[in-house]
Amino acid sequence: MTPHRRTFLTSAASLVTLTLLPRPLAWAALDDEVAAAIRAVAADREIVEGGIVLDLPRIAENGASVPITVSVESPMTAEEHVSAIHVVATKNPSPGVVTFRLSPANGRAEVSTRIRLAEEQEVVVLAELSDGRVLRASAQVAVSVGGCAT
Amino acid sequence: MSTPRIRLPRSATSGEVIEIRTLIDHPMTTGISSPAPRNMLESLVVEMNGEVVFTQEFDNGTSENPYVVFFVRVHETSDFRFVWSHEDGSAFTAEGRVQVG
Repeated sequence: MTPHRRTFLTSAASLVTLTLLPRPLAWAALDDEVAAAIRAVAADREIVEGGIVLDLPRIAENGASVPITVSVESPMTAEEHVSAIHVVATKNPSPGVVTFRLSPANGRAEVSTRIRLAEEQEVVVLAELSDGRVLRASAQVAVSVGGCAT
Repeated sequence: MSTPRIRLPRSATSGEVIEIRTLIDHPMTTGISSPAPRNMLESLVVEMNGEVVFTQEFDNGTSENPYVVFFVRVHETSDFRFVWSHEDGSAFTAEGRVQVG
């Protein structure tokens, strides 16, 4: 009888623990959604790390407005250029942040904007090249005040 | 509300890569985590002499008052047109000219 009672108590205790687990990521997109967002860009293409200079603060005071600059090494000619730059948030309520469509007319594959980060997280940038390659870079950003209250 | 501001150089030399900055006042509320209803711009499309040279597609992670800096190579005096489209189908536009030569 004692073992039975013990089993019951521990399982009851673990149930309680599970229910009371804090859910700091309650609003955060699931890893699956982030993976799907990245897959939607890359499709079947191989993703190559590097070739991108990603400028993000290591600590963002205000998550509602985090400055980001993405610069891709590319001659931006008709034969060889960046066609798109995608920014993906890994712990926002939804992973999509912004997409830029470029062409050789830009002359320089560099863009700056301001993004929202709900909490500390890795920001992933993907660059689609005209030769079919997909480049990837990422940066970890700590956030003092989360920026997804809107 | 939603007054767009653009910054272009007044003049450039042929073949020069110029920097363009734009800012539009807009709350960009996603409707996800606050009671405010969704009110989002969808995209910014920039044309140079009638041809699209830059597009920015806004998703939930874009900050309010969307701001962007990008580059374009100019070969001749060029007219720029900037169109911000709202998810509800409305649009805001701005125009500018860069003198070459």
